[in-house]
Amino acid sequence: MSQMPKPDTSGLRAKYPGVFERPASARLALPAMIVAALAIFVYGLVDLDFSPTKLITGMSQLGWITMMMIPPNPGSSFPLYMQALGETLSIALLGTTLAALFALPVSLLAARNIIPSNLIRFPVRRFLDSIRGVDTLIWALVWINVVGLGPFAGVLAIMVSDFGAFGKLFSEAIEAADRKQVEGIRASGGNALHEIRFGLLPQVLPVIAGQVLYFIESNTRSATIIGIVGAGGIGLQLAEQIRVLEWQKVSFLILMILIAVAVIDFISSKLRFAIIGQRAVV
Amino acid sequence: MATAISILPAQQLAALNDAYRKAIARKRLKATLATAVFCAALVIAALGAEVNLRTFFTYFGNFLSYFDRILTLDSGARVWTDPLEWFWGLKKWLRLLGETLLISYVGTLTGAVFAFALNFFAAQNTSPGPWVRFIIRRLLEFARTVPGIVFALIFVIAFGLGPMAGVLAIAIHTTGALGKLFAEIVENADMKPVEGIRSTGASWLSCMRFAILPQVSAGYASYALLRFEINVREASVMGFVGAGGIGQELVVAIRKFYYSDVSAILVTIIVTVFIIDISTGWLRGRLFGKETHR
Repeated sequence: MSQMPKPDTSGLRAKYPGVFERPASARLALPAMIVAALAIFVYGLVDLDFSPTKLITGMSQLGWITMMMIPPNPGSSFPLYMQALGETLSIALLGTTLAALFALPVSLLAARNIIPSNLIRFPVRRFLDSIRGVDTLIWALVWINVVGLGPFAGVLAIMVSDFGAFGKLFSEAIEAADRKQVEGIRASGGNALHEIRFGLLPQVLPVIAGQVLYFIESNTRSATIIGIVGAGGIGLQLAEQIRVLEWQKVSFLILMILIAVAVIDFISSKLRFAIIGQRAVV
Repeated sequence: MATAISILPAQQLAALNDAYRKAIARKRLKATLATAVFCAALVIAALGAEVNLRTFFTYFGNFLSYFDRILTLDSGARVWTDPLEWFWGLKKWLRLLGETLLISYVGTLTGAVFAFALNFFAAQNTSPGPWVRFIIRRLLEFARTVPGIVFALIFVIAFGLGPMAGVLAIAIHTTGALGKLFAEIVENADMKPVEGIRSTGASWLSCMRFAILPQVSAGYASYALLRFEINVREASVMGFVGAGGIGQELVVAIRKFYYSDVSAILVTIIVTVFIIDISTGWLRGRLFGKETHR
């Protein structure tokens, strides 16, 4: 058994203070951040008119509303709600597909390996960013002004806001594509269009298809809410029933939305696996 | 330099070619069928959504001219010629934007705290029991699937008009979304430290505190920041249903056709979202290095 000499701790501590003790700035950073976060939180509570009495009365109201919701009951409007749900699914499907169709060519313009020039790529990217900065609901309001109330405005709203998201995602997928196949096409004498069609698209399409499916799924949720501003679908029914305080119908509608979303989730995850194999999507 | 390419005997080649053609044909058939089904679904969807191409083409000009109109002042001049007139209400809008940011901040923090409290029960490797796990998972799923604005609509009736309803709606939705992500981080955590701590006779709570928490806290903070970014957008529309923030002002401007106001408010929202995105991105980079979170 060998005996290690005992290290001279105090001597080492004096020699290398930085190793034994973190500098004060590092030690104080975390508590300072926590204090600052809490301070903003408390300021927020005060500024946003939070008060215990309001919270308690609200909670009791909410409890009462929940009691009123049970049992969920559609009354006589079940066929109407089914139709509205169909409308919502249609809005999600159409809006997403149109967005993908329009976004594909634009995303080529925003991809570094297709357009090396910053001059085109930068404005295209900023344009896509600003579209994404505006919420779907705002787009719905704008389109209602243009084509009138109804599900068509919803389709266009989803189309525009997804256009921004797809443009970015697609261009990232394209940038991640393997360069070698494109070079192979060029070496065999293909022009720029051939490079995109035979070198790039076969690599990128499965990824894109996966993303589109994922968005159809998440847009089922978005499509339920754009009805609240009047753009058709089940959200319209939901907002109306909430405003007239028909709580049993409200809970029934929420249940319908939950079930529809779960079903779409299930189908789309099956489809995604079928398209891209076991590779994870984004 | 001559290289000989060996060609298989004709009979063998024919068999291979045949198999290849069959495989390709099967793939083509599958693709065609899938496309046909998809197109049929699209047509049904188009009928369901009352898509009217004639309306679209008649009014598409309106869409473009809408942007023309929102970029024109009442005096007929372009908005950027007179920024003072364009942003006449900047003081009020900035106050409302501040309120929007506070709504999303308070909502995100509250939601993150709840998600933090619940996620250990939802994660497979740390949950104290399958029943608890099942119930918590379903609760989180519910909070996540019902859109925030639907919660806001209901809360506006329960708690009265105002930012409080918006905060609570965002908090609930955030609890659902973050609870799931947090639980996933915990499921990926290394379980050896837990065994070490448990072997010293520690309770479940101390296991979580000393074995899991040090591994996962950076991921938690990163996801919470990301969620804050998303919630800023969400909070900007909470005003549509009367739950506080800039949305109220925007919806009034759009419905009452105060064109230049619409563009001014939109610009302030977009700029704010940009600034928040960039600063949280910077903060994430500072705090957690260059790791990327999807």
